Amino acid sequence: MNPETNNESTRSDRTPKWPASPLGYPSSLLAPGESYESVTDSIGSIVLAQKHPRSWLFGFAVAFALLMLLLMAIGWLFYKGVGIWGINVPVAWGFAIVNFVWWIGIGHAGTFISAILLLLHQKWRTSINRFTEAMTLFAVACAGLFPLLHLGRPQVFYWILPYPDTMGLWPQFRSPLVWDVFAVSTYFTVSLIFWYVGLIPDLATLRDRATTRAKKIILGITALGWRGSARHWQRHQAAYLLLAGLATPLVLSVHSVVSFDFAVGMLPGWHSTIFPPYFVAGAIYSGFAMVLNIIIPVRKLYHLEHMITMRHMNNAANVMLATGMMVTYGYIMEAFMAWYSGDVFERYMMANRAFGPYGWIFWGLILFNVLVPQLLWSKRVRTNLVALFFVALSVNIGMWLERFVIVITSLHRDFVPSSWGMYYPTFWDWATLFGSIGLFLTLLFLFIRFLPMISISEVRELVAEEKEGHK
Amino acid sequence: MTATPKLHGLMAEFVDHELVIAAAERAHAEGYRRMDAYTPFPVEGLSEAMGHKRTEIPLIVLLGALCGGGGGYFMIWYASVVDYPHNIGGRPFHSWPAFVPITFELTILLAAISAVVGMLVLNRLPRPHHPVFNVPEFARASTDRFFLCIEADDPKFDLKATRAFLESLKPETVKEVVE
Repeated sequence: MNPETNNESTRSDRTPKWPASPLGYPSSLLAPGESYESVTDSIGSIVLAQKHPRSWLFGFAVAFALLMLLLMAIGWLFYKGVGIWGINVPVAWGFAIVNFVWWIGIGHAGTFISAILLLLHQKWRTSINRFTEAMTLFAVACAGLFPLLHLGRPQVFYWILPYPDTMGLWPQFRSPLVWDVFAVSTYFTVSLIFWYVGLIPDLATLRDRATTRAKKIILGITALGWRGSARHWQRHQAAYLLLAGLATPLVLSVHSVVSFDFAVGMLPGWHSTIFPPYFVAGAIYSGFAMVLNIIIPVRKLYHLEHMITMRHMNNAANVMLATGMMVTYGYIMEAFMAWYSGDVFERYMMANRAFGPYGWIFWGLILFNVLVPQLLWSKRVRTNLVALFFVALSVNIGMWLERFVIVITSLHRDFVPSSWGMYYPTFWDWATLFGSIGLFLTLLFLFIRFLPMISISEVRELVAEEKEGHK
Repeated sequence: MTATPKLHGLMAEFVDHELVIAAAERAHAEGYRRMDAYTPFPVEGLSEAMGHKRTEIPLIVLLGALCGGGGGYFMIWYASVVDYPHNIGGRPFHSWPAFVPITFELTILLAAISAVVGMLVLNRLPRPHHPVFNVPEFARASTDRFFLCIEADDPKFDLKATRAFLESLKPETVKEVVE
């Protein structure tokens, strides 16, 4: 095989050269010469032995400071009420809902990678699925926070759950807001189960390699006494595959239900049948952008280039390009339908969205979400980590702006000009947004520190397959 | 109570998953039934090689899904039609299209929970200790070694003959597993 160098300038010289596929992309999922032991060591030692890079501590400190900002914002919110935010009539849904939709969307890539790609036998998912599943959990945790904070009386959040209450009431099951509660809590629970079931064998590996007594006890309890029995594996694999099958319709349904929050409402700019598919595409788009934003620095810091290869980066970029085009199609269709409907309110909504007081945000969205990602057509950009990082960052910002455009510009001018108004975020709106990023990153830094971020047992399967391939 | 610890079985150690499948097939052909294999990753066909049939997990998940879907729809119907009928824009109380999303979510939720609970219960987990952990070599079962353990309560088990049989499979080691 002719080893070909690819355009990755950041890789150090000691890393072996990769065999390349006919298209010129790195074809291998693992570096040559990996064994069961070497992959176990390089993943397990991050948790058990390695001293953590100083950048971990620095990153954790920044994330933790932002988390404290979130706690401060929540404390003040609980004391004063939602009046500390910029929301008012007509814009009663402000940053809280924008952030909620944004975070839920980011979570989608994890389930997409771990469930849908598993069912499609996409082997390249193996070294990133654990990581992205964790990302899903943390993103959904951040998302779940916002509707609760937005309630006004968060202490009675449980009124929305069906329980036999003394008031003789039931939730309104015809309301998309109640569907949302079920969709988001089911999504979180199933993601957690799926993640933990996959984690059990790896926790057992760490238990067998742990050196200190505390680690042995904690890992011993969490591994549930897993011993790798063939009977156990058989049931484990059956359960894992079925969970993937269950998570697949779930991931498509969650953002659809979130989009019903808007689409079922009668507001121009919300009341649209394109919303469910367009929200799901947008969710996977922003999810992959977040995957790249996080995995590019992490793989560099922990020297995981031999497992998370350029092929992963290239594939993620391709998924982003494809879903980005779907989202673009959604924007075009929204504008077209507004014009084609002939409805004066729909047409005004579109004109106001592009040229009204928030027009600059709409054009920012087009720049970040539609124009910049077109760079991904170029193989040079897809295989250049720095460029890829910034394109992904642009998509994350763009997707946040998209939700801002949908929520705020639709609300601020509806049918009757006398009820028009403006929305300006306050310091506390921003504090909650950046604070939630702090919560997400704090959880992610702890995950990297205390759990194996790549599925060891699945990478061993890859090693076994590579061995068979060379026979 | 005797001074000699009770024997759980004899365990052979292999370096590759193909070797352990071949060993399990041989052992099954020899007439051994009570045995188990231990591997660092799921090895396809190993459980079948030992004569085990398919698992009951899919059936459990199906039951969980039916309970979730049926129970969920019943709850919504009962709340919206019987216990707390509420006129929303003149629509019928039993407005089933609006009941679909929650029914769907509860189907998935209960199916997923029954998958993991079913897997753990059938596997008798959590079980923090097991005799196989007494063998020092077994620490590598979660890294790069593959084990086949023929258990002492197998009717065909005979310490000498079984050891000779396992040795004939050319394993790395053959160890006694004590309880």
